[in-house]
Amino acid sequence: MAIALRETPLHSWHASHGGRMVDFASWSMPVQYSSIVAEHTATRTAAGLFDISHMGRLRFDGPGAGQFLDSIVTRRVADQLAGQVRYALVTNDQGGILDDVLVYRLADAGGGEYWLMVVNASNRLKILDWLAPRLAEASDVSMLDVTDNWAMIAVQGPRAIELLQPLVETPIRPIKYYHATETRIAGHGGIVSRTGYTGEDGCELMLGARAAEGVWQSLVDAGATPAGLGARDTLRLEAAMPLYGHELSETIDPIQAGLAFAVDLEGRDFPGHNALVQRKTQNNAPVRVGLAVEGKRAAREGYAILAAGKSVGEVTSGTFSPTLERPISMGYVPRDYAAPDTALEIDIRGRAEAARVVKLPFYRRPK
Amino acid sequence: MKPEQLLFAKSHEWVFVEPDATGGKVATIGISAFALEALTDLVHIELPKIGRVLKAGQAFGEIESVKAVSDLYSPVDGAVVEVHDKLVGELENLPQDPYGNGWIVKIKLSDEAGLGSLMDYAAYKKQCEEEGH
Repeated sequence: MAIALRETPLHSWHASHGGRMVDFASWSMPVQYSSIVAEHTATRTAAGLFDISHMGRLRFDGPGAGQFLDSIVTRRVADQLAGQVRYALVTNDQGGILDDVLVYRLADAGGGEYWLMVVNASNRLKILDWLAPRLAEASDVSMLDVTDNWAMIAVQGPRAIELLQPLVETPIRPIKYYHATETRIAGHGGIVSRTGYTGEDGCELMLGARAAEGVWQSLVDAGATPAGLGARDTLRLEAAMPLYGHELSETIDPIQAGLAFAVDLEGRDFPGHNALVQRKTQNNAPVRVGLAVEGKRAAREGYAILAAGKSVGEVTSGTFSPTLERPISMGYVPRDYAAPDTALEIDIRGRAEAARVVKLPFYRRPK
Repeated sequence: MKPEQLLFAKSHEWVFVEPDATGGKVATIGISAFALEALTDLVHIELPKIGRVLKAGQAFGEIESVKAVSDLYSPVDGAVVEVHDKLVGELENLPQDPYGNGWIVKIKLSDEAGLGSLMDYAAYKKQCEEEGH
């Protein structure tokens, strides 16, 4: 029996414009339209357009919403102001990462307020299951899964805001990084946030599913380049952004993943809190590092990292970087091997290739 | 060369067999246009050394794109007599001319028996269609 993949509101656009469609977290998504390198480069030099509608969008309402979310994620969010967006982890009782999420606090047109949690497509059902019993016990908060009602589009690159502004009622440039607002997008109600997963400036839009194709086409007509999951991966890897299922998983904690900035331990509690307090003092866990290899063969996910011929860790993501024109990887190694310039080797399909630890990120956009 | 003149392996390599100067046979080997079309964004090709002895079905090299790596499999039994080294620095030639300037290696055949299990272009095209592309 074949199970049909889910389709975003932009699916037929992708399929009829050269999108090579693949199964991603049970969604039919475009890996590329033309070339990954071309789509990647367009994002770094002009503007790339990404359909990210597959991500889960959970809405929380009620006076207890902020407290509830604060009790679930590693980051303090109870003091988040309307318009602010925070990156956080949802952890289990052992401090292992269930998902990495963005938490939004938003003012609506009527003077009220609500919260959004945007979760990875692959973890949406898991997070819903995790939240359900906790919501049942909480007071003054209700949750709605609005994933299917909305589309989500990322416009990223040095020209992203210039191309987007004509469609958006609110002036975008004054919206600070990691801030968001309700506004009108091509006349439809929606949300614009100054966030992204590429290391470039730009925005992520949330809007009604039916408005999505018109807005998408307008952005294409204005000069944004549709970019698929292939370029999304090369872009985020250059910017050293972790990807769930690779740098993040239930057996990895936020501290070893290099995400201590998203963990607030003082004066609050959340699942895994005590485990993370312990991590801060007894820290033997392998840590996330950047890796550079000699030659052109990329060190890819799953390859063993070697020190003196013995495996000490594993690559979690790797590709050929279109911007740097060399292979780049991230992986986990014991702290003793984590200093920049530490010489290591990586087993690339049977051959040990010279490698070294490098500082992250690999790429930082020019100021 | 035209694909209609060639033989194809299930793993998408093409073969052109011709006599060599010593009375034996030499097979020129490359990758089909169909396979290359799926492999955009080529970044590297790993080639064997001259003299390498291969059996049909054995991996002799790798082709790497941004997204993934694929092994290259020898369609024939024999020894590598020529390697298209220039390809490494001119990977764009591969998809532009897969059956001509995109040749990868030449193998002197030690045994012609294996040629019988290769497909002609019509059969290969059918296989590609059935693969659902």
